[in-house]
Formats: sequence, structure tokens, C-alpha cells
Amino acid sequence: MDAPVKPPHTTPRSSATFDSYAISEIQRAAATGIYDIRGGGAKRKLPHFDDLLFVGASISRYPLEGYREKCGTDVVLGTRFAKKPIHLKIPVTIAGMSFGALSGPAKEALGRGASTVGTSTTTGDGGMTPEERGHSSALVYQLLPSRYGMNPDDLRKADAIEIVIGQGAKPGGGGMLLGQKISPRVAKMRTLPEGIDQRSACRHPDWTGPDDLEIKIEELREITDWEKPIYVKVGASRPYYDTALAVKAGADVVVLDGMQGGTAATQEVFIENVGLPILAAIRPAVQALQELGMHRKVQLIVSGGIRNGADVAKALALGADAVAIGTAALIALGDNDPRFEDEYRKLGTTAGAYDDWHEGRDPAGITTQDPDLAARFDPVAGGRRLANYLSVLTLEAQTIARACGKSHVHNLEPEDLVALTVEAAAMARVPLAGTNWIPGQGF
Amino acid sequence: MCGIVGLFLKDKSLEPKLGEMLSGMLTVMCDRGPDSAGFAVYGAGQGTEVKLTLRSSDGQSIDGLKADLEKALGLKLNATQRDTHLVVAIPSDKEEATRVFLSKARPDVKVVGAGQRMELFKEVGLPSDVADRFGLSAMSGTHGIGHTRMATESAVTTNGAHPFSTGADQCLVHNGSLSNHNAVRRTLVREGVSIETENDSEVAAGYLTWKMRDGASLKQALESSLDDLDGFYTFVVGTETGFAVLRDPIACKPAVMAETDGYVAFGSEYRALAGLPGIETARVWEPEPATVYAWERQ
Amino acid sequence: MPVVDLSEMPLRELNSQLHALPQDTNETHWQVKNPEGRHAVAVGLDAPVTVEIDGHVGYYCAGMNKTATVIVAGNAGVGVAENMMSGTVHIKGDASQSAGATGQGGLLVIDGNASARCGISMKGIDIVVKGSIGPMSAFMAQAGNLVVLGDAGEALGDSIYEARLFVRGSVKSLGADCEEKPVTDEDRNVLRDLLKRASADVSAEDFKLYGSARRLYHFHVDNAGAY
Repeated sequence: MDAPVKPPHTTPRSSATFDSYAISEIQRAAATGIYDIRGGGAKRKLPHFDDLLFVGASISRYPLEGYREKCGTDVVLGTRFAKKPIHLKIPVTIAGMSFGALSGPAKEALGRGASTVGTSTTTGDGGMTPEERGHSSALVYQLLPSRYGMNPDDLRKADAIEIVIGQGAKPGGGGMLLGQKISPRVAKMRTLPEGIDQRSACRHPDWTGPDDLEIKIEELREITDWEKPIYVKVGASRPYYDTALAVKAGADVVVLDGMQGGTAATQEVFIENVGLPILAAIRPAVQALQELGMHRKVQLIVSGGIRNGADVAKALALGADAVAIGTAALIALGDNDPRFEDEYRKLGTTAGAYDDWHEGRDPAGITTQDPDLAARFDPVAGGRRLANYLSVLTLEAQTIARACGKSHVHNLEPEDLVALTVEAAAMARVPLAGTNWIPGQGF
Repeated sequence: MCGIVGLFLKDKSLEPKLGEMLSGMLTVMCDRGPDSAGFAVYGAGQGTEVKLTLRSSDGQSIDGLKADLEKALGLKLNATQRDTHLVVAIPSDKEEATRVFLSKARPDVKVVGAGQRMELFKEVGLPSDVADRFGLSAMSGTHGIGHTRMATESAVTTNGAHPFSTGADQCLVHNGSLSNHNAVRRTLVREGVSIETENDSEVAAGYLTWKMRDGASLKQALESSLDDLDGFYTFVVGTETGFAVLRDPIACKPAVMAETDGYVAFGSEYRALAGLPGIETARVWEPEPATVYAWERQ
Repeated sequence: MPVVDLSEMPLRELNSQLHALPQDTNETHWQVKNPEGRHAVAVGLDAPVTVEIDGHVGYYCAGMNKTATVIVAGNAGVGVAENMMSGTVHIKGDASQSAGATGQGGLLVIDGNASARCGISMKGIDIVVKGSIGPMSAFMAQAGNLVVLGDAGEALGDSIYEARLFVRGSVKSLGADCEEKPVTDEDRNVLRDLLKRASADVSAEDFKLYGSARRLYHFHVDNAGAY
């Protein structure tokens, strides 16, 4: 007799809703009772610059010769009120990242790399270090709610002041630095006990709202004799109103950070669920500037997920004056380098996915205060890599601008773009490729 | 986001000077709110009449509006035109007929404020200019509130200017930003309170109107707003006989008060109060968070 | 003695003249008339001079002060002496919210009352308030000393780190992680010295000391309700 035939089984099926990540997070939460904290920006798939294309020149538009015909990339920031605006050679700047979140040598490397190519770097929530001031030709000094290390001498040493209201990874959230990174030097700079878990404020201690912000800006201008450009940085949440209010309050520059923008540490749920992707934030901000007659007079710097020269060109075409990079700059320095794969594995992750920057155990020696790990990182070589990368971003953006017939990257405009998806078309307010349809317009 | 002021007179002899005092306070707050300004003044009134403050919402002239109303109602009316606003006294039993006439014949005309004693003016422009255009400094009354606005999330229009009035002789000015006004607005609409703008501050005014309609005193209405209105606020509120101030439990937005035998005054900043008579010897304090300060005329 | 009338000279001019003073200036005593509640009066000073302001000032008077002495014969608005580094700021009237916010050093004396959030995020400044202080004072205070001759409002010292809070009167309530501490001789000496420097003629024995219970220094899920 034949053996009874086993009925076929369906293959094991995972839930699209309860996918392996969701299940692992439920298990982690149940075991620990605390939310997941990590660094970096949003990792979920978001509508982004990839969904836009440049149309390029053809018969009706004439391109410029690469390598021969000029395509300007310089940008001047702070032309509205500041006596000493900042002149950058390239439209890519380095976003604020704190000493504390990053090691001293990593901050130095950012300064070296940026200065080599003629752009600026930015302090962070923890004050200004001599290393970064010394190695940065243009340094933007952040005024944050915590005011760690804030002092008038550094304010005057800075080339610009950035009032931080929020950041894209966590609009409405404060800072966080866990005990492992509060080294003696970090503790001293922040006037904190060593090794504690630092929770910093989400609101400024001495002002709230645009009416008070205007008075705060006036104070900073008075302290620095109206020399320094004053930036206002917001996380992308209500970009139209926030931009308009920053302008009304007297900002020289608005910095707009999308939800792909990184952070040293915050709750995963915050990073992934609060804020707007940068693609959706630029046009409302530009609209506010245009309505106030301030486009190109109050400069707009955008950040959050900038990776290549195409992203730079697209951000500028949508109306930004410059972009800022953070995560990409860390990767250029050597963050998540595959040569540390063995060590990433030991930390339960893999090169390319490492985001536990708050734990201070970065094998690449960048997001750490551990002297042994930090010693692995060579600030000169790191600075060189960053300079190379910034040059490539600029060359790529120029390549695209020339192909669109522009003698300056600032002459890129939304009409040079089309969108591949309905979502991107609506968010960037450019037509769906092959149509003249811009979803969401005309009501 | 703004500068707000309020003045409640205890000494009758100061009443002819109310407008002058309030105008001085408002003007100092120009730079907190350069987009628009408004104020409400509680002046003379009669029990048999209701005063309507009327304004064309689309910039049409209100010249001739008085004559049109007189013709429609078949009455001679007392009316004062101040710049873009017309204050007209209507017999109380004709208020409904007047509103019906306006909605049909002049849909552009908004009733900015209504009440036995309250007159309410607001316009886009620099607050000091707005106060001048309406002749605030010559007005007399028992109490008044004012506002200079830096628009945040709603448009720079006269409709978005404060004070907001959602009930007879009631008005409110607000500095701050409410975080649950959309949900509260939906409740109010369901409860039959008329809300005309997207402005969060109008929701606060409507909320108080709703609570007072259901029998709460001004003080009680403000106390319950602590439970129901979320976000950041400093309110200054006027009613026919009352004047009150409330800050949210965190109280970030600035507020200073002064009291003498002659008056109670409120300002977003002390400098709004600095020109008041006898301020040197006044009791000056900053109102506590989540605490209602209320005064009633005797 | 330079006398500046702010109804005639623009504020920007006054501040820039004060910033231009060298450390060894002979113009060591300035008088400012008609401040009329202006913001940012005498901010960012960095010279051993005395600036006497005759009247009320608005926000951020003496902000980020270094080495100078700023005296206000009147009331001060929001954030007086914010992020002060050193020197002395003396307010003869009342101070509004966030007085001495994030101050890193120096001495702030307020003869009258200070309202909400006095000494918020203070980082080493000494503050002496001869009247009372408002709610949420010394919120997230990191270092320095706050001395209050009168009473303290609600939630004193919420989320405090290593600052010392001396209060002579009543405390309406303590914020999260703030508790009464035993007073050591060193604490008492610090207090005596501050009272003397602020010309406050009261006994150092009459004060209670409040500081951090240090329970929130490391995040623990059992304390989540306190955040």
C-alpha cells in the first residue's frame, strides 16, 4: 500500500503589519519597559528627492559646457541685517553636531574638511571647542535651549549665530546624552555631574513664540554689535508658518531640517513619527519667503537626507540657497565603515545600520568620548575624506546645473524638475513627469 | 503671538481718561505685534438699546450704512462712524431684525461686537496708527482691553485681529498658542456657539461664551478653561461688568499687573504700564500660573 | 562720568560704546537715563565699569554680562542677566520671569520679587532675591546658589542638578527630585558670604537648603512618572 499522502502546507507567512522589526520591538519593549533610543534620522521609506528628475537642456534650452563654462556655486548668508555676512564657496554646509555627541577629533575633522572647500561648520548642544574653532574658517555657533557652554566670548568668536528651535529628527523634543558620553571634559563644558543621563530642555529658558524671539534676536545682535548673521533653525513641521515667523522675528537665515535629519540620540518613535520629510517642507518655506518678498534676501538652508549632488541641486531648484549635511558628513568621515564589520557584529548590528551613537561605543571612533576609540580616528585623514566628498557634491550639482543651462546653481528652479510619483509631485509642487499636472494645486 | 493690555477702572473720575490711558498702553506694545491691532472699550449704554459695532469685511464703504439701517428699521438711530467702523445703537427688540437686514442687504458687513456697553474696533496696521484712526484716546469708559498682533498660523486680516467677541458685551485677547483649538471648535459649533475664523483665540472666546451661557460666572468659565483648553495662553477678558486675567499652568508668555485704588491694569510687559498715573506706588506683580484674577464693577 | 539719555541716543550706540571700552578705561561709571522699558540695555559688557540705569528696563538687561556692574533703579523685564558670566547685576525693583536664566557666574541681586522660573538652568551664577520668587524657579538648575529671603512658589528646583537653593520663607511645593538638605558649615559659609555681598541684613541661620535628591540622574523606568 502507498503511504498516505501528506496534505501540502502553506508556506509560513509573516504579517506585513507585524513584520519582524515590529515583533522584535514589541519583545524588546516588553523585556525592558523603556522606549528604544537611537541616533540618526528616519529610516522608513519616505518620499524623497529620488522621486524627482531634472529635465535638462534640449532644443529650447542650451546647456553649458562642463569644465569650461562657469557655473557658480558660491552663496552669501546673512545679507539682510548682519554687517559681516558669511561667504561660502559651495552651497553645502555642515550641520550642527555637538562635541559630546562627537569626539574632539571628529569635530576637528569636520572643521578641516569644510574649511578646505570653503564652507562652514556648526557647533552643537555642548558649546564651542578650541579644536573646531581653530580648524573652521567659518563657524556657526548654536544657541540651544540648554545653553550648555554658552558664553559671550565664543559668541563673538563665531561667524554666525544659529538659534535652534528644533531639529528634523525630533521637532518639539529636547536633547539627550546618556551617561556613557558625559566624560569629564563634556561634563565640565556643560556644567553637569560626570556620567549622568543628561536630559536637555525642549524650549528655550527665557523666551517662547515669535514675539519673544524677536526680542531675543535683538539681544544677540546688540551683544555682537550687529555683525553676525543670525540663523533660526527649525525642524520641518509647519514650514510655512515657521519660516514666515522667523522672518518677522528678524532672522537673516532660516535653517529647515527634514525628518531624515539625524540626531545623536532620541526615541525611535519620535524619529520615525514626528515631522515632515524635507521634500514636503521646502516649497511651503519658499512660498512664505516669496510672499514676504524675502526669497534670496533671507537665505534658506535645508537639510535632512542630502546624499549626493543631485539632492543638492534638487533642493536648490526647489528654492533653497544652500543645504546642510550631518549624517552624510559622518559617513564621509568613516562612520559605519565596513572595515569595522566584526565590531559592529559584536554590538549586534552591521556596518550601514549602526545607529546607537548615544552609547558611545562607536568602532569608528567618531560618535564617542572613549579615548581609546576616539584615538582610532585620524582628524587629518577624516577631514580630507570630507573635503573630497564635499567637492563631489558640488561637482555633481554643477554638472546638473550646467546641463540645465545655468551659470549659477541658484538659477535652478522648480520648472527644471518633474516628479516620478504623484506624492512627490504634490509635495515638491512640480508636474508629474510627462504631464502638466501638479497635484494639490488650484484649490 | 502678541502684546496685550487691559485696564479696569475703580475710580470713576478716571473714566474720561480710559481711552487715553489704554491708547498709551497699546502703542508701547507695537513691536510685539506689528501686523494688526484691536481694542474694546466699555462705555456708556442704556438697558433698552444694544450697541452694534459694524465693519465691512471686504473693504467696502460703510458710508450710508446708517441711513440704510434707519430706512430698513423705520427709526432714527444714534450712530458714530469711526474710520472703517460704525457703532450704532439699536433698540434691543430690533437687534434680530437688524442682523437679518444686514445679512441680506449687506453680507459684507460683519458685526464685530455687540452689547449694551462694549464697542470693539480692529484693523490691520501698526497698532499706534490703528489707535489713532479710531480715535481711541478720546474715548471714555469703565474698562477696556487691547491687543497688538503678530500673526502666527492664521492670516493677517482684520478678521484675524483681536479682540474676539463671541457673545454680548464679551471679548477676549490672547497671547500664546492653543494646541487643541480645532477639537474645541468642533464642540462649540455643535453647542451652537458661532465661530467665524480659524483663529485659536476666537475658540477661547467662544469657549467662555459657551460656559457663561450655561450659567457660569466669568471666573468659573475661566477656571473650567484650565481643564479644557490646552497649550500656552495669557487671556485678558472683558464682560459688561467684569474684567479677568488667566495664564496657563506653565505660564511662558509674559504678563504683568498693577493695581492702585484707581485701577487694575494688565500688560504683556511692564513698559505698557509704566506711563499710568500712580504706577510708582502701585502694587505690581506677575500673575501666577493657572490662577484666575477677576474683578467686577460694583 | 558719561551720561547717556536713551531718548536721545539710540540703544545700539550705547551698547557699542560700552563694548568698545578697554579693560583699563577711565570711564568707569556710566549713567543711563530714560530706558523706558527698552530691551537689551547694557548687554554683552566686558569691562570693569559700573552702569547705572535710571528707570525700568525690558527683556534681557545685562544679558551675558562679564566683569561689569549693572544697577537698575527700577524693574527688570524677562531674562535679566541671562547667561551672565561674572560681575554684578543689581535690580532695585522687581524682576520678571527667567531672571538669571542659564547664568554661568557672577552675582545677581534683586531687591524686590522675581517671578516664574528665576534661575532656570542656572550654571554657576549666584542669585539673591530679597523678596519672593515665582513658580518653577531653579528648574533644571545645574550649579550655583539661589538665595531667597522671602517665599518660593510652586515646583521649586524641579529636575535640579547640583545647584544650592536657600529659602528663608515658605516653599509652596518642591519640584521633581528636589528635596530639603542638611546644611553643612560650608553651605552656611557660602550663604553668609552671599548675604553680605548682597547687603541682606538677615541671619544665615533662618534659611533652609534645598538640592537634588539625585534620583533622576540616571533614567529608570520606575521614575517615569516624574518626567
